[in-house]
Amino acid sequence: MDSKLDAYALSRDDYNPPPLIEPGHTFGSVTEQIAAIVLTRRHPYSWVFGLFVGFMLSMMLLMAITWLLIKGTGIWGVNVPVGWGFAIINFVWWIGIGHAGTLISAILLLLKQDWRTSINRFAEAMTLFAVVCAGIFPLIHTGRPWLAAYWLLPYPNTMSIWPQFRSPLIWDIFAVSTYLTVSLLFWYVGLVPDLATLRDRAKSLHIRRLFGLLALGWRGSARHWERYEAAYLLLAGLSTPLVLSVHTVVSFDFAIGIIPGWHATIFPPYFVAGAIYAGFAMVLTLAIPLRVLYGLQDFLTMRHLENMGKVMLVTGLIVGYGYVMEAFFGFYSANRYEEYMILNRMTGPYWPFYWTLILCNILTPQFLWIKSVRTSPIKLFLIAMVVNVGMWLERFVIVITSLHRDFLPSSWGMYWPTRWDLMTFFGTIGLFVTLFFLFVRVLPMISIFEMRTVVPAAKVRGGKAH
Amino acid sequence: MNHTAAGSTLYGLMAEFEDPTALVEAARRTYDEGYRRFDSFSPFPIHEVFAAMHLEDRRVPWLVLGGGITGLLAGLGLQVWVSAYAYPLNIGGRPLLSWPMFVPVTFELTILFAALAAVFGMFILNGLPMPYHPVFNVPRFTAHASQDSFFLAIEAVDPKFDRQGTRAFLQGLGAKEVNDVEE
Repeated sequence: MDSKLDAYALSRDDYNPPPLIEPGHTFGSVTEQIAAIVLTRRHPYSWVFGLFVGFMLSMMLLMAITWLLIKGTGIWGVNVPVGWGFAIINFVWWIGIGHAGTLISAILLLLKQDWRTSINRFAEAMTLFAVVCAGIFPLIHTGRPWLAAYWLLPYPNTMSIWPQFRSPLIWDIFAVSTYLTVSLLFWYVGLVPDLATLRDRAKSLHIRRLFGLLALGWRGSARHWERYEAAYLLLAGLSTPLVLSVHTVVSFDFAIGIIPGWHATIFPPYFVAGAIYAGFAMVLTLAIPLRVLYGLQDFLTMRHLENMGKVMLVTGLIVGYGYVMEAFFGFYSANRYEEYMILNRMTGPYWPFYWTLILCNILTPQFLWIKSVRTSPIKLFLIAMVVNVGMWLERFVIVITSLHRDFLPSSWGMYWPTRWDLMTFFGTIGLFVTLFFLFVRVLPMISIFEMRTVVPAAKVRGGKAH
Repeated sequence: MNHTAAGSTLYGLMAEFEDPTALVEAARRTYDEGYRRFDSFSPFPIHEVFAAMHLEDRRVPWLVLGGGITGLLAGLGLQVWVSAYAYPLNIGGRPLLSWPMFVPVTFELTILFAALAAVFGMFILNGLPMPYHPVFNVPRFTAHASQDSFFLAIEAVDPKFDRQGTRAFLQGLGAKEVNDVEE
């Protein structure tokens, strides 16, 4: 027993994780390499191509929304009994993707996982853009968004009516708008020291002024850094319960209702795990091409990719547990509607969606147990893409199969999206791509000042903090 | 009053150091020497410097607590007022003060106000935005402070400040170079 413990302690001490940054880097080289992407380097043609595709799809989104506002939600596939279709599916999918960014920037910071340093900036940007895409759906699904203001926001209006605070849809508004605001603040606070670096490195006066304006006159004073770190840590502490609450509230949209297939207590934890799962898949989808295109292999090392693969495996298993429990409680409930719903989900007209979802979200990620898969960028990328699809299918299955066969067979129906549904969905993907490509062009996609702290020279010799 | 060669007022003296270790040592000795109006500048936060300068500002956490409490009261107050007084809806005789249903919005507003207090409190306490500051007048500072070098500046208003003495003191700390900082 004792010898076993000793062996464990020894192996813990001997464990030397691979470095977070390739050897040989100095403060200057880190600064130079990341800042150059914004300030001096030419951008690859693939960047221009990607932006072009994203921009065209965004234009399609505008077209789809314009037509929606002219004609109304009748152009979508929703009808009785499926009143919730693509809008809610895509909303939940996008908002889930955002969760990994906050997890990386906040929870991994509190857990002192310093490998987050290379990925937090663009993961936070991903969060912001995903929440922007998500926010479009609840706004436009009202069909008349200019009226949505008094349905959703509590403000004194001439009709003297107020929103219903007992509705999870109102909770959603507060959760998502708080999430967007706090994510934006977190991202901006992290950017300020880097904006100062760009200000000091910019050659052109206009660019220097622009970055100078955004950097607020940051000068790296120790008195500032001390309060800065306190505020940053507190923001991380606030964001951690926030991110858990956001997808919990999103799951309440379903779980508070009495529809079989939605009314389940497993929903909040299972939605949160699914969100992190989907988010890490999206971070990998973005990180793997980026590190090659911009030559960032020194900062986004194999260790980062492998760790993200591990997080995906763990959250994927939690999600798998959620599916098993959903099925178990369906059959165990002794409620014929619950039983029928889960049977219909597995064997009804939408069975291919359900089983593809199981294949994408439960079976495929099991390859991540194998180290050679976790350390192969191409295999990781493929698994991440499969999970992206799988998580979208999950929302489709939850929303559609729970609704399409109502309690009475006389009110059964089928739901299929129309071309406007599809154009809106792919349009938001285009918007996401556009925003992300522009971000990569104008702001440092890796936190420069935090990368300096992992350079070996950053360690103070012979001293101990505090 | 102290004047520089160019004839403008002297803000202070600035020393440049090679690495974080040298800056920590310099900050410690400057503090021990009795200087209080001085500051260190580094391209990333160095905890040892905070300790050496005896920095301990607890106002940000208190502001965050205040923000959180304000958000909590505002959120709860809004919902209670709307649901029970301004717009009471009798739905099957269910209670108007159904406080468990008010938890999510109260929670979100608590977080929102606390986060706003953290960010704006930090920037205001730091005196930012401040586009102009005398330290930017030192060319070495503008070119390196936000990238790869470490600086320590002692202000001329410090009671112990003496132009020749302080310069000699800074050079004695192993500074790469010591520059005048013009106001």
